[in-house]
Amino acid sequence: MTMITGVHTRKGIPFWRDERVLNAAAQVISAVIVIGLVYWMIVNFMEITRQRGMLLSYQFLKEPAGFPIAESSIPYDPTMSFGRAFMVGLINTLRVSVLGILFATLLGFFVGLARLSSNWLFNRIALAFIEFHRNIPLLVLLFLWYFSFFSKLPPVKASITLPGPIYINQRGLYLAWPRLTETGNIFMFSIGIGILLASIAWVVLRRRRERTGKSTYFGAVSLGLLILAPTIGWFAAGGTPLLVGIPTLQGFNFKGGLRLTPEFAGMLLGLSLYTAAFIAEAVRSGIQAVQRGQVEAAKAIGLSNYHVLSLIVIPQAMRVIIPPLISQYLNLTKNSSLALAIGFQELFAVGKITINQAGRAIPVFIMVMATYLAMSLFTSLVLNSYNRRIQFIEK
Amino acid sequence: MRKLFPVIAVLIVFSVISAACGGTPAPVEQPKVVETVVVTVEVPGETIITKPEAYGSIAARVRERGKLICGIHTSLLGFGYLDANGRNVGFDVDFCRAVAAAVLGDPEKVEFVPMTAADRGPALQTGEVDMLSRNATWTSKREAEWGNFTWTMFYDGQGFIVRKDSGVKTLQDMNGATICVTSGTTTEKNLAAAFADAGLTYEAVIFEETAAVYGAYDEGRCDVATSDKSQLASVQQGFKNPDDHEILDITISKEPLTPAVPTGDDQWSDIVKVVMWGLINAEDYGVTSANVDAMKTSENANIRMLLGSEGDWGYSALGLSPDALANAIKAIGNYGEHYDHYFGPQGIAFTLPRGLNNLWSNGGLIYAPPIK
Amino acid sequence: MTASTEMLAPPTAPGPIAWLRKNLFGDMFNALLTILSLTVILFGSLAILKWVFIGADWRPVTGAPLLYLIGQYPRDQIWRLALSLLLLTFLIGLSWGVWEKFVKAFAIFLGLLLGVLAIIPLETPTVTLGVRAVFLANPLLIYLGYRIGRLQLVKSQHVVTLWLLVTAVIVLALLPGFDSNPLLPRVPTTAWGGLLVTLLLAVGGIVLSFPIGVLLALGRRSSLPVVKVFSILFIEVVRGVPLITILFMFSIILALFLPAESRIDRVIRALIGIVVFSAAYTAENVRGGLQAIPQGQVEAAKAVGLNNFQITALIVLPQAIRMVIPSIVGQFISLFKDTTLVVIVGINDLLGIGKAVLNSDPQFVSLQAEVYVFIAAIFWIFSYYMSYASRLLEKALGVGER
Repeated sequence: MTMITGVHTRKGIPFWRDERVLNAAAQVISAVIVIGLVYWMIVNFMEITRQRGMLLSYQFLKEPAGFPIAESSIPYDPTMSFGRAFMVGLINTLRVSVLGILFATLLGFFVGLARLSSNWLFNRIALAFIEFHRNIPLLVLLFLWYFSFFSKLPPVKASITLPGPIYINQRGLYLAWPRLTETGNIFMFSIGIGILLASIAWVVLRRRRERTGKSTYFGAVSLGLLILAPTIGWFAAGGTPLLVGIPTLQGFNFKGGLRLTPEFAGMLLGLSLYTAAFIAEAVRSGIQAVQRGQVEAAKAIGLSNYHVLSLIVIPQAMRVIIPPLISQYLNLTKNSSLALAIGFQELFAVGKITINQAGRAIPVFIMVMATYLAMSLFTSLVLNSYNRRIQFIEK
Repeated sequence: MRKLFPVIAVLIVFSVISAACGGTPAPVEQPKVVETVVVTVEVPGETIITKPEAYGSIAARVRERGKLICGIHTSLLGFGYLDANGRNVGFDVDFCRAVAAAVLGDPEKVEFVPMTAADRGPALQTGEVDMLSRNATWTSKREAEWGNFTWTMFYDGQGFIVRKDSGVKTLQDMNGATICVTSGTTTEKNLAAAFADAGLTYEAVIFEETAAVYGAYDEGRCDVATSDKSQLASVQQGFKNPDDHEILDITISKEPLTPAVPTGDDQWSDIVKVVMWGLINAEDYGVTSANVDAMKTSENANIRMLLGSEGDWGYSALGLSPDALANAIKAIGNYGEHYDHYFGPQGIAFTLPRGLNNLWSNGGLIYAPPIK
Repeated sequence: MTASTEMLAPPTAPGPIAWLRKNLFGDMFNALLTILSLTVILFGSLAILKWVFIGADWRPVTGAPLLYLIGQYPRDQIWRLALSLLLLTFLIGLSWGVWEKFVKAFAIFLGLLLGVLAIIPLETPTVTLGVRAVFLANPLLIYLGYRIGRLQLVKSQHVVTLWLLVTAVIVLALLPGFDSNPLLPRVPTTAWGGLLVTLLLAVGGIVLSFPIGVLLALGRRSSLPVVKVFSILFIEVVRGVPLITILFMFSIILALFLPAESRIDRVIRALIGIVVFSAAYTAENVRGGLQAIPQGQVEAAKAVGLNNFQITALIVLPQAIRMVIPSIVGQFISLFKDTTLVVIVGINDLLGIGKAVLNSDPQFVSLQAEVYVFIAAIFWIFSYYMSYASRLLEKALGVGER
């Protein structure tokens, strides 16, 4: 079963040595085995469902879930349906994954560069960071963060207060955060327009510069558009589309402003730090893969350290860094399923609770697996197409 | 784009499965529900009893194997946990030993299978375990979907623990509070229902593990922790300052914690039930693990019947030996002894007043049909 | 921060002052960075030390240390574990004697670790003198094995055979035992636990997944469309979902797809899940190796008249596998860490035992941090050591240097 085909069959070769016959036989046999196995399992399954009276339908998705979910970006309460609960879980997974990817990338690049620092001490700290995180299971790391850091923060009444105001306590991190008023939608719309116009201007003007070689000030124009459109929107909305919500202590907890719960923060932090350690190693080896001559040549033409890094080293290193980076992003998304251990309910946790509460193991399980699969495939599709764009075109 | 092929294939497969499942709510081809090959048992004299095929199969399997397979908890204080030597101990766990003593004559012939809350239903449905004694609340839905629940072993109710200085006394006081709760059990559903009925809001902090729930509460992550009252009482003793907390006098649910067996084998279900009755009757009559042998010649005919020295309490029909219940009592003591071993004033787990779990004759709910 | 590649040692060793100036106080920015780093290190380590020695309450760990190592393995059968450990350490010593190099560091590390375990002062009745004696015997056995291994008459193929034999006996007979055998009564895997199960799952996972992974990799590169589609489907689906969903599937859902009354052991079910997961990743690693084999090799083999099977088995695979050994080792380390997820499906591995201990006494409810720090430390020591060993292995194999 190697990649060699196309051997001519002469007359007289017995059929058991004829490669085409053998190949066909191998295919039929493997197909029969796999399909037979699947068929056998389905037959067993039907037998068990029939015996035990299990129901196989997705009707339950419309029934009220009856269980609470710790935090949700969309309105949710236990009287809503299982389907809604599933959505809440999915959004939580996306939220922690996207933010996790962002933080892990920033931190990973920082640590990776620190590993290359000529300052010995700084370098060693980065190394310690990497070795610490790479050699502890993520699940244990999450417990460690949650139970030795987040739950040891001061109680609400004795919150750590930072200017802003920012309050840090056991119930979370509270910060002042703008929230939309009734006319806020107009303002948000104008921001959207601004971003759209700015990106069009960026692309068009940049292309023109590449074509004509003349400076088109694409950066400045885009920035101008980005500021101008929301300003118009601000006044169109009557001046107060946003109000800054300031957290204040009411009853048991702080209300208002933005709040990160310790469970979400713990998950985000644990996931980002863990992944950052792996990204840092990828960054370090990527940069080391850039030939020394490149750096020397860049220095010789008088580029500053910053410019050597940003114009010569990083762009070339990225070609090496991107593939492992993609697999780290995928890992991070998949690892977000461990959040249930520290009380953050994402997709897997909600699925598991649904199996407990509704008893529909198979349908729920298919939904959870299919969702993760779709997310992984979508992410790798997008990132791989980006990867193909930045790789050398070999001639 | 070759990579896309498996993606599409998988999605198609999934959607076909989903469609197939969604289209037919209950795939019933034939009206027969349980395959019932009728076995006729000749009972000397008159009647002919017909029994389904599965009847007696679990007990036979247990005897053949020489071991009882019992689904239990390994991390729930008092009910199912590990001692320092790694032995499975606990109020629920020892009941498996009693059943093993009754059926096999040796309380140690048990294979304990640790289970998570999510495993319990499937393990019963697929017959992976012979019995489940893992802090499971008996509900109609579970009775219908999981298997047969036998006889309630512990009556519990869901309550709340709060800090005394919070001033919370009633459910209404908890409006807007942060509440720590375990996931995947009846507890979180009861909590949601109680607050919805009262028109109150709360913020849930939900963990998989009970230790995590109370750890977080003790550190101050939550204003309130909710669970079965027995559990609250047990963990309160471990808090940094036990006296700063109090268990409120509110009970929002009924939690009859009951061992269960797979469905379809009435004989096995009866055996487990009768073992429980035996333990309860033994307390009624004052038979303990210490005096069980002496009591075999007691003057009380009921006791002689219970211990198998006279008459047949049904053991022959259940396929047990006459002293099956005596063995069970010898293994873990009568119900009261068993309770005190874990929860009594000198209990090895924690101290919990018997309350509802007193004998019926002492104002509790523990009551069993007579053994005769 | 400069983008220079890693520092190479200067030809002559400079004095400490010069070294300091060069590496720590090169310029203003560097000096600032050094001072900042020093502050972080100082305060960080002070806080940690203070917690470890004063703040922390280690009772959940010191109360039942054997639980973490062997879980619920019946204490009256503990001699079987002791014997297994002694056999393995002797073999490690023997391998050190025969192969030197990368076994050396591992053997010394293990000897020291077990020696320290033997003499750690703990006041607990569960650690008997016998247990300590077994631990103490290990370093001696390693040394004994080393001396024997140095003898000329011990060949490496003997040691390999011995390894296979001893592992098979331990895993198939000594530890699980047999039904109704008075000397070796059966110990169901549900009673295994702690580090024992963690290691078993990791080693079992990587060993069993390897052949499956190789087959899948070959299948993925096969010219037969059916085989190829099945392989791709398997690999991509498994790699597209989290390990925890696969474990969940095998421990809970699988039973619904098998004939009623068929009972597969729980630890075995988790192991199957791990093998399935690991096989997909092994397949991708091996595929990388296969792709790196120049086409000329195949053509040359074809020219000397080897058939397809011979080409794959004798020419392509050996080269490909040698090339991917480092990535397989890396995969083993991450598998070792990933085994902690079995706790979510209710298996008492090292982390699961930690949870069980936390739930075994009301006093332990607020001592979660201590237990998790302890478990993290164990994992850290093992996996740090393994990644160190894998670097040595990489050097020894000369992979990447042609």
